[in-house]
Amino acid sequence: MKVSLNWLSDYVDYEGVEPAELAEKITRSGIEVDAVDNRSEGLKNIVVGHVLECSQHPQADKLNICRVDVGEEEPSQIICGAPNVAAGQKVVVARPGARLPGGVKIKKAKLRGEESHGMICSLQELGFDGKVVPKAYASGIYVLPEDARPGEDALGLLGLDDTVLELDLTPNRSDALSMLGVAYETAAILSKDVKLPETAHEEAAEPASGRLNLRVDASEANPLYAAKVVRNVKVGESPEWLKARLMAAGVRPLNNIVDITNYVLMEYGQPLHAFDYDRLATGEIVVRHASDGEVIETLDGTERKLEPHHLVITNGREPVALAGVMGGANSEVHDGTTTVVIEAAYFSPASVRKTSRELGLRSDASTRFEKGVDPNRVAEAGERAAALMADLAGGEVLAGTVLFDELDKEPKRVTVSPDFINERLGMKIPFEEMEEILRRLQFPYEAVNGQFVIDAPTRRVDISIPEDIVEEIARLYGYDEIPATLPVTESIPGGLTPYQAKRRTVRRYLEGAGLYQAITYSLTSESESQKFALETAPVTRLLMPMSEERSTLRQSLLPHLLEAVTYNTARQTNSVALYEVGSVFLGEGEDGLPTEVEHAAGAVTGEWSGGGWQDGQKPVDFYAVKGIVEGLAEELGLSEKLSFRKGEMDGLHPGRTADVLLDGERVGIIGQLHPSEQKARDLKETIVFELNLQQLLREETEALIYTPVPKFPSISRDIALVVPKAVQAAVLENTIRTHAGKTLKDVRIFDVYEGDRMEEGMKSIAFSMTYLDPERTLTDEEVSEAHKRIVSALEAEGAQIRN
Amino acid sequence: MEQQLQQLKEEALQAIASAADVKSLNDVRVKYLGKKGPVTDLLKGMGKLPAEERPKMGALVNEVRGEVTAELESRMAALEEQAVAKKLEAESIDVTLPGTAVKTGNHHPLTRIIEEIEDFFISMGYEVAEGPEVEKDYYNFEALNLPKGHPARDMQDSFYITEDILLRTHTSPVQARTMEVKEGKPFKIICPGKVYRRDNDDATHSHQFTQIEGLVVGENIRMSDLKGTLDRFAKKMFGEDREIRLRPSYFPFTEPSVEMDISCFKCGGSGCNVCKKTGWIEILGAGMVHPNVLRMGGYDPDVHSGFAFGMGPERIAMLKYGIEDIRHFYTDDLRFIGQFRRTEG
Ligand SMILES: [Zn+2]
Repeated sequence: MKVSLNWLSDYVDYEGVEPAELAEKITRSGIEVDAVDNRSEGLKNIVVGHVLECSQHPQADKLNICRVDVGEEEPSQIICGAPNVAAGQKVVVARPGARLPGGVKIKKAKLRGEESHGMICSLQELGFDGKVVPKAYASGIYVLPEDARPGEDALGLLGLDDTVLELDLTPNRSDALSMLGVAYETAAILSKDVKLPETAHEEAAEPASGRLNLRVDASEANPLYAAKVVRNVKVGESPEWLKARLMAAGVRPLNNIVDITNYVLMEYGQPLHAFDYDRLATGEIVVRHASDGEVIETLDGTERKLEPHHLVITNGREPVALAGVMGGANSEVHDGTTTVVIEAAYFSPASVRKTSRELGLRSDASTRFEKGVDPNRVAEAGERAAALMADLAGGEVLAGTVLFDELDKEPKRVTVSPDFINERLGMKIPFEEMEEILRRLQFPYEAVNGQFVIDAPTRRVDISIPEDIVEEIARLYGYDEIPATLPVTESIPGGLTPYQAKRRTVRRYLEGAGLYQAITYSLTSESESQKFALETAPVTRLLMPMSEERSTLRQSLLPHLLEAVTYNTARQTNSVALYEVGSVFLGEGEDGLPTEVEHAAGAVTGEWSGGGWQDGQKPVDFYAVKGIVEGLAEELGLSEKLSFRKGEMDGLHPGRTADVLLDGERVGIIGQLHPSEQKARDLKETIVFELNLQQLLREETEALIYTPVPKFPSISRDIALVVPKAVQAAVLENTIRTHAGKTLKDVRIFDVYEGDRMEEGMKSIAFSMTYLDPERTLTDEEVSEAHKRIVSALEAEGAQIRN
Repeated sequence: MEQQLQQLKEEALQAIASAADVKSLNDVRVKYLGKKGPVTDLLKGMGKLPAEERPKMGALVNEVRGEVTAELESRMAALEEQAVAKKLEAESIDVTLPGTAVKTGNHHPLTRIIEEIEDFFISMGYEVAEGPEVEKDYYNFEALNLPKGHPARDMQDSFYITEDILLRTHTSPVQARTMEVKEGKPFKIICPGKVYRRDNDDATHSHQFTQIEGLVVGENIRMSDLKGTLDRFAKKMFGEDREIRLRPSYFPFTEPSVEMDISCFKCGGSGCNVCKKTGWIEILGAGMVHPNVLRMGGYDPDVHSGFAFGMGPERIAMLKYGIEDIRHFYTDDLRFIGQFRRTEG
């Protein structure tokens, strides 16, 4: 909402308060002022000129040589390129030395050999937005009324001696979508009165009801319809002050009749519509719902097909306006209009919102109806428009109003006690101060048994409950006055849940292990959404995605994480280690919502060693990442429960992929990207993992109780085996554990060799076993006994023992 | 014999002085003081002396042996010291070469901010509450006093999955869910999480971003409690000398509603480019919980009241670290994330 302060001063006297100060006060008490636009800032030496003569420039077809009276003894010669310049016009002249917006300076100049002492200006050159400039002057200079005096400062005539406040309104304060609403707000802040606009006008003897019949067949959507009839109007340009105010408010002037309806719209926040009475043709207005497929051509020249819930104004035969949204082309006011019907109505917010949404048509009118206009000012706005038409368009207002009225205009009654207000705020505002604020707001109230019984003015649709009054009192009393205290509540210890605490542990661990935390998007393309998923479920797709790329919720973290890896390697970061903790979305769970499962995933590529001057270059491999996962299991106390087996997944290397099992149940995957996947993503060897974090963290870890440090020495034995390559280390280890007996403390693999020195298809693998009895010193014989059992068990499984 | 002894001593001391290393010094020891050495011989030969000379002579021999031994030891210590010094010299390294890197990663800056906020509120007795990112319209809107057709739904265009299910547009549904779970008991929660809005990604918009909201419900919770809480928070997060101010605003789920500004941490309030010359920076929205929201959560607004606040970790991170483009948070460039490792303050 753009508020011209000149205009505002019609209703409230803010003398002595500078615009910037006023803006600050308005902002601090409730409505944010986004900008304070001093419209004459930087403008200088801009005067009215009278074009005495105008002839074509001898050297240039498109230029005119004008002799312009600028209020001095001698006329000035000014070259003007505008197509609409003509002798006799009063125009805006920027004289030599003048300043225009954007720091433009006007100097004497020679154009094709002819001197030019200044410039005749268009409104755009004076800083007006092209969208508000009247069409007649949109591509040329602006022409002032004939009574403008040469040499007079033109800024005042154009309404540029003004400051405009731009209000950023929250949706509840639709009352401030009008000059009067802003006036009430300003008056409350400054403790001033509001002066209402003049609505009185003379009436002709002829009654309006003699010319116009009205019927409303949809009283719920249109509970109030007031029509005024004005005859003998002369359609023409509006006076300068009216055009200037409309332009300041961001509205393009059209003709005096339409301008008046727009002016009253801005003034009251009450949208009006003017019909050409003769074009209505029937002398009748019928408000009803459209019939299915009915068509109307709106003022913007678009044909719109209607549905039965759209409300239309008709002439009894066909639609002449889309109620509350836009008028119809067939009944539009035009240059030859002599009789006008002014419509002032209340259309229900829901009805207008629906129509405007469905037809994709928003207007100044529809935005106001949608929020609810003041029921008590509808008819008054109609009177105001009639008065202005009488005054500015020479019209004669027919007697009376053609009226349909079933609208509830009762104010909302709110009862609230001063104690409640103070308790909610944690303050001690005296009763009298609260009364004073209610008076400033012009909220009629009575004090009954120590309570305020308030009739909230209908212009303030946002006031309906005691808390609303708390806010009104607080904002005008000043939030700075509220003390700072802390809640006094039952003392409940705060903290993280075990799950949340463990999730932090996981993040810290992964970072300690060298991975950086990534956060990627949850939305991906449908085709990528199930890639690398540990578990797939129906996809969750948006009804109206903005793009296919962000249309579906992910079921694995890896696709986006890999994108991030590629993003980095493409920018010369060759070694990348990223992890992410986030949710995947498995469609159609409880209540129709997808099941959200928190996962942890990682992707590592490039060098894995320190990369310093001491280390060789060692690219990351499967085991480096498996080590990270094993370490994580240890951190979470899950080492005993976690196991690995050869796994399989699209996009991963078939020989280098492992399933991660928790108590035998698959909870994750580790693998190297498939070479073709690596190529497609422009990556070198990349190892990834993804774990179902929820399952890992769900396990309650046992209380930590220390085991006594052994008092007796342990004994170690090593064994080297030759086995076919396909034999898995885990199988051998399992055999060892099964046969070693209970003094076996630990089994460790310390060497694996598959090189040239081995027979084809064979590998060597070496284990080191540690034996310990916490109660006594083990004897060599006992350990040798255990070792023999292991050897024979392994041999029985086909392993050769190397020495 | 005395003269012989004197000469022997001179010889030994000479040999000690000229021994260049530990080994040759040991040879000297063996040569002069060993079982077959001349001192032993002299002692053996003492039997031939007259009895009255023996004590004098014995004392003299011991004296010489003592002197030689002392000299030997001192020379030995010196030589050992020399040997160590030589070894150390040989072992010295270029200490200016870089140390072996400890390869660790670090938090994403948003996590850094969110954990800082969480930890502050945990210290004030808050629990951390979380909820689903895909929500029912009921929890995302209706339970928060945003019935279907409410004009404020315009403010947050949403990603719907069905007519009734959408990606949550704020973390407030967690508040609504928590109220249901707490069944009328007082509580203090902080709700961090991802949220989604129908926005085109650009320097200041992201279709996915994070939010952190707080909610306190109990008997006689006052607006002054909100102000005091936010004041402490602002000081913890942005520095002890921060001031806060509340400005009236509008949110459908609170009444009264306010926005909180802090005095600019860059210029201290005199005006700069961070605060757009106003001296104040908008940080969060807050207010007293709307009675309809309390009612829908199963709390009686005549008995209970509450306050709520919400903020955007992206915005806070951008302000705190001077980040100019919100998209940095979601491209996961290591040259960006890697900067958020060290401690502050
Ligand atoms: Zn500043």
